Amino acid sequence: MKIIKLKVNGRETELAIDERESLLDTLRNRLGLTSVKKGCEVGECGACTVLVNGEAIDSCIYLTMWADGKSVLTVEGLKGPNGELSLIQRAFIEEAAVQCGFCTPGLIMTAVEIVGTGKRYDREELKKLISGHLCRCTGYENILNAMERIIEETYKVVCK
Amino acid sequence: MKTIGQNFKRVDAYGKVTGEAKYTSDLEPGGCLVAKVIHSTIANGKVLDFDLDAALKVPGVVRIVTCFEVPDLQFPTAGHPWSVETAHQDIADRKLLNERVRLYGDDIAAVIAENEIACIQAARLIRVKYEEYEPVVTVEQAMSEDATPLHPDLRKDNVIAHTRFTMGGADFTYETAKTRAEEEYGAENLIEVNAVMNTPRISHCHIELPTSWAYMDHNGKITVTSSTQIPHIARRVIAQALGIPVGKVRVIKPYIGGGFGNKQDVLYEPLNAYLATLTGGRPVKLEISREETISGTRTRHAIKGECKGIATRDGRLLARSLKAYANNGGYASHGHAICANCCTVFKDLYADAYGSEAEGFTVWTSSASAGAMRAYGIPQSDFFAEALTDDICYQAGLDPLQFRMENCMPEGFRDPGNGITFHSYGLKACMQKGAERIGWEEKRRLYADQTGTVRRGVGMAIFCYKTGVYPISLETASARMILNQDGSMQLQLGATEIGQGSDTVFTQMAAETTGIPFDQIYIVSAQDTDVVPFDTGAYASRQSYVTGMAVKKCGETLRERILDYAAYMLNHSETDMAKTMHAEVVAGAKQRMLGALSLPENTEITAELLDIKDGQVIWNAQPDTDEGVLFDLSVIAETAFYSLDRAEHITAEVTNQCKQNTFASGCCFVDIEVDMAVGKIEVKDIINVHDSGILLNPQLAAGQVHGGMSMGLGYALSEELLYDENGRPLNNNLLDYKIPTALDTPKLNVEFIELADPTGPYGNKALGEPPAIPVAPAIRNALLHATGVALHELPMTPQRLIEAFQKAGLI
Amino acid sequence: MYDIKSFYEAASVQDAIAALCADENAEIISGGTDLLIRIREGKAAGKTLVSIHNIPELKGITYDEDGTIVIGAATSFSHLTNHEIIKKHLNMLGEAVDQVGGPQIRNAGTIGGNICNGATSADSAASMQTLNAIVVLEGPEGLREVPVSAFYTGPGKTVRSRTEVCTAFKITKENYEGWAGHYIKYGKRNAMEIATLGCAVWIRLSPDKQIIEDVRLAYGVAAPTPIRCRKAEYAVRDRDISDAAIYELLSKNALEEVSPRTSWRASREFRLQLISELGKRALKQAIINAGGKTA
Repeated sequence: MKIIKLKVNGRETELAIDERESLLDTLRNRLGLTSVKKGCEVGECGACTVLVNGEAIDSCIYLTMWADGKSVLTVEGLKGPNGELSLIQRAFIEEAAVQCGFCTPGLIMTAVEIVGTGKRYDREELKKLISGHLCRCTGYENILNAMERIIEETYKVVCK
Repeated sequence: MKTIGQNFKRVDAYGKVTGEAKYTSDLEPGGCLVAKVIHSTIANGKVLDFDLDAALKVPGVVRIVTCFEVPDLQFPTAGHPWSVETAHQDIADRKLLNERVRLYGDDIAAVIAENEIACIQAARLIRVKYEEYEPVVTVEQAMSEDATPLHPDLRKDNVIAHTRFTMGGADFTYETAKTRAEEEYGAENLIEVNAVMNTPRISHCHIELPTSWAYMDHNGKITVTSSTQIPHIARRVIAQALGIPVGKVRVIKPYIGGGFGNKQDVLYEPLNAYLATLTGGRPVKLEISREETISGTRTRHAIKGECKGIATRDGRLLARSLKAYANNGGYASHGHAICANCCTVFKDLYADAYGSEAEGFTVWTSSASAGAMRAYGIPQSDFFAEALTDDICYQAGLDPLQFRMENCMPEGFRDPGNGITFHSYGLKACMQKGAERIGWEEKRRLYADQTGTVRRGVGMAIFCYKTGVYPISLETASARMILNQDGSMQLQLGATEIGQGSDTVFTQMAAETTGIPFDQIYIVSAQDTDVVPFDTGAYASRQSYVTGMAVKKCGETLRERILDYAAYMLNHSETDMAKTMHAEVVAGAKQRMLGALSLPENTEITAELLDIKDGQVIWNAQPDTDEGVLFDLSVIAETAFYSLDRAEHITAEVTNQCKQNTFASGCCFVDIEVDMAVGKIEVKDIINVHDSGILLNPQLAAGQVHGGMSMGLGYALSEELLYDENGRPLNNNLLDYKIPTALDTPKLNVEFIELADPTGPYGNKALGEPPAIPVAPAIRNALLHATGVALHELPMTPQRLIEAFQKAGLI
Repeated sequence: MYDIKSFYEAASVQDAIAALCADENAEIISGGTDLLIRIREGKAAGKTLVSIHNIPELKGITYDEDGTIVIGAATSFSHLTNHEIIKKHLNMLGEAVDQVGGPQIRNAGTIGGNICNGATSADSAASMQTLNAIVVLEGPEGLREVPVSAFYTGPGKTVRSRTEVCTAFKITKENYEGWAGHYIKYGKRNAMEIATLGCAVWIRLSPDKQIIEDVRLAYGVAAPTPIRCRKAEYAVRDRDISDAAIYELLSKNALEEVSPRTSWRASREFRLQLISELGKRALKQAIINAGGKTA
C-alpha cells in the first residue's frame, strides 16, 4: 500500500492505496464517490470523467498514483453548502438532458471544465467539447441545449 | 390541476445530476467477492476437459466452477411473461455454463476470487481442451445440409422456427398476384423490384454494463441486485435455472443505465445467483465487461430479406413479398418472436391491392445471440419495406410521398391475423407535417439532375408499431398506492424506470387520477420483487399503456376509498369523531358545504358529492371555486391512520390484464449531402414526426425521440458487429463499434401529431421504441434521391458507399 | 485495478533511465492512454511501470537559441494545441492532435506516447513526418537525436530501445518559418476514432503566394509506418498554384508510393481512394492556409 495526499472535492485527503488502482477504483471504492461511473474501462465512453487540477480526464485510465498532490473534483463536489445545485446541474434538469443518467455525472464534469474557461462557445464547438462522452439515450440534443444554457447564463453573470 | 401533458421535471433528475441516484454497482456491499466468466475460444464444439491447477494456485482465488458442475437444467432467457401453455413457452436451450460450445465466447466456467486481479490472472491460466466442429457463423452455413445442429435435443436442424403470414387471403402468393397483375395491367404497365437486403447485427450499447451482485441468506433465499429491465421475470428465470422455488429468489432492480432490450433478457443473473450458493453466504459480484457485453450478451438480429414488390407505373401497389432469414446466434433468447414481428409489420405497413406475404426463418448460428432490441424486428422490417417502396418509386418515376399517401395502411386498419387495430390514426398527418417541415416538394425538384461528386438528396420513411404484446402474449400489470399520514402517497409498481422517464409519467398519471399533487406522490423507483407488485417490466413500449391502465384503475380505487372516508368524517365529525383533532375543521367544512348547496342540516353526505383536487377534498358541485374546498387530504389521512373509532389504512392495489392494443405510427424525413469521393453522408436536416397518441410529458417524449433518432443514425451509417470466418468478434469495444458521438449528430427535430387513442389509459400509445425505426431507411432513400444508387445493405459505411459509387461510375 | 507488478514514479529522466535499466520487465508509462489499455487486454500485463508522468522537464514547449522549437515529450495533446508557439508556427500539428480520441484523452495523452508507440495511425505522425521533426532520446548510453523519418522500423516498432526515454521533439526553424499546412484525419466517426487514414501537407509558397517553393506530403495508415511521399512532392514542387493539374499530379504520384493493406477496418481499395482524394484536399487547404488563392 502507498500513502498519497490529494485534495478531493475541496477536502485534503490522505489515503492508503494499492498502486495498481485507477483513479476510478479509488474514488468509488475508497471514497464512496459513486457518481464516477464505469462504462468501458478504456477511455472510450467518458462516464468516469472527473477533473484533475481542473482538467477533465477519464479516471478509468488514470493511475491514482498520479493524483498524488493534485486536486480532484467529482459531481459530489458541486453542490453548494446547503445542498443547492450548481447552475450546470440545474440546466441539465431544466432541459431534460438526463435520461438513464449514467453518462450524466461525467458530462457535468466536462461542462464544469468548459464553463471554467470563461469562453462563449457555439453549438458546434460544444459538440466537439463533449465528444468524449457517449450517450445512448438522448442523441445529445438536450445535453447540448443544457450546455448552451449554461454558457449563456455564465456569460451573463460574468459580463455583469 | 391537469398533470397529463405537462412538462414535469423528472422525479429522478435531482438524484441523477448529483450522483446520488444509486445503480447496481453503487450498492455493492463491502467485502464482495468478484466473479468472472470464462469464455470459450472456439465457436462450435464441446468442452472436453479443463486444467485448473495453475489457476487455482493464484492467491485470492476462492473457487472455479466449470460447466461439468452446474445443475443439469436448461432454461429460457427471454423477457417474456411465462406461458402456462406449454407450446408457447420460450425455448430452454442453455445451462448456467455450457459444455456444448455454440459461439465464440460461450460461458464455460467461472472464477470466484477475493479481487478482480486474481480473477483475471486465474482466467489467463485456465487451459481448456475442446472437441471442435466447423463454425456455422452465417444463416446460409447454419441452414446448409451438412451443418452441425447446435441444439439437436430441441430441433433436428438449426431452424428455430419458420412461419408464413399473408394478407389478401390465406392462399395468397406473390407469384399468383404477379400473374394476375400482368393479366390485368400488362407487363409494360408494371414495375417490379426484386432485391436482397441485409441489415446488420448491432449492439444496444447502454452505457451501464450488465452487472449484478448476489448473496444467499441463512434461509437459503438468494437475493440478486441487478441492472435489469425485468426484475420479476428475472426472478422466475433464476428459479428455473437453479431448480429452486420462485419464492426463494428475490431480485432488486435499482436505477439502471439504459437497457434498450438487452436487459430485457435474463443475462447473467442466474449464474450470479448460482455462484452465491457456493460462497457460504458471502456476496459475490459479476460484472460483465464492455467487450463481453457487446459480443456475449444479446444483439439485434442481422436479418436478410428477400424482398419483392410489384406496382402499376401510375402508382398502385399491388403485391409484395418478404422472405426473412434472422440470424439468432447460439441461443434462442426470444426465439422466433422477433422475426415473426418483422414479417407481420412488413405486410401491415402497406395496403397492397392484391395482398402480401411474409415468410420468416429464425436460425441458430455460431455467433452472438440475438434478442430484443428497441423495436423488436421492426427496424429491419421497415428497412425492407421502405427501401422497396422507394426502389419502386424511383424506377417508375413516382413521388415517394404521394405513393405512400395512396398506398400506406389506412385509417382503421385491422390486422386480420392478430386483430390489432389502428384506433387513432395519425400516419398521413405525420407525413404531411414532415413533408412541409423538410420542404419536400421544393427539394425533390431542386435536387433533381445534379452533377459532380457532392450531391444533396431528400428521403423519407414511414412506420407502424404496436403497443405492448397483446394478443401475441400476456399483458398484465399491477399497481399499489398507499396514502401516507400527511395526505401524500406512496406509489409502488413492478414496472421499471430504465431511463425512459416512466417513474415521472406514472407519477403524473397517479396525480391526474387521484387528485393528489405530483410533488406529493413518492414513487418507489427500485423494484424489489419481495415488495413491489408484479409487472413484466420495460419492453414493447408497453408500460405507459399497460401499466398506465393499472395505475389509472388503482388511482380510481384509492380516490373512492379516500372519499368514502371523507364522507364518513363529514357525517361523524360531531358524533363518534368529535374528539379527534380535525373534527372542528371537518364540522365547519360540512356547514359551509350544506349552506352553499342549500341542503338541510341532517343531510347524509355521500362520497359521490365529493372529489379531490390539488390535494384537497372538495365538493364536486363547485369544483372550480374556492368555496368548494372542504379540507386538506392530510385531515383524512391522519385521522384514518389513527382514529380509535374507525382506523383504516387507505391503500389500493389493482391488477389489470390488458386485452387491448393499438398501432402507433410516424415517419422520418431527411435532407442529406453525399460527398462521394470520400464516401460520406452528412445529414443536413432531419425530422421525426410521431403519432403516439396524447403525450404524457411532451418534453420527455421529445427526449425519447431524440435518443431513438440517434440510434437510427448509427444503424444507418456506422453500427455493425463484425466477425471473422471463425466466428471471433472483431470489434466488440466502443472504439471499433461506432455509435454516434455528439459530433456525428445533427440537430434532431421532433414533431407530434397528438390524437387521443381511445384504448390508451390517458389517450396514449407506444412511443419508446418507434423513434429508432424510420431513420435508416429515410437516409437510404435520400441517398437514392441524391445519387441514383440503391443500396440494399446497412450500415451505409464509407467503404460500402465508395464501392457502390465506383461501381456506378460516379467516382 | 491494473494487473501490473509494480509502479515507480520517476523524479527525473535520469531516474527513469536507471529504473528501466534495473528491471528488464520495466516499461515507461507517460499519459497511460495507450499502455493501460494494453495492460487491461493482457498484452502488457505483469509489467513494472516506470512513470514519467510527473517530470516537469518533459513538459512544455520552448524555443532553442537558434529558433528550433522543442516540444517536451510528456506535453499533453491539449496543452500542445493551445500553446502559443504551436498556434503561431505549427498550427497543423496542433490541429492534428486536437483530433486524437476525445477531449479527455487529449488532456491525458502525450505527444511522446503518440510517436513512441509506433502506430501508423497516430494523429501526430503524418504531421511530424512533414515537419522533419527530430526525436530526442536519452538512455544509459547518453543522448541521441533521430530524424523522425528514420524513427519507425515497422508496425508498432521504433528505434527507441526499452531503456531510452523520449524527451523531446525538435523542429528547426527552416522547417517551420514560412511554412503552413493542413492535416486531414479520416475516420468513420468525427470523434473517438482511430484514423482510417491521415494526410498532412506542409507547404511553403513563394513571396507572391503563386509558386509552390517546397511541399511535403505524408500519410498515416497508407503503409505499415507513417510515410512521406517524396515523388509526389517532387511532382508539384515549383508549380503554380493556379495550375489545376497539381492535385492530380500529387495524388497520382502518391498512389505509387503507398502500400495500404486490407484489414477488417478498411480495404486496400478504399484506402487508395482516400489517399488520392485526401491528398488533393489537404494540398488545396494547405495552399489556402499558406495564403495562396486556389481556383
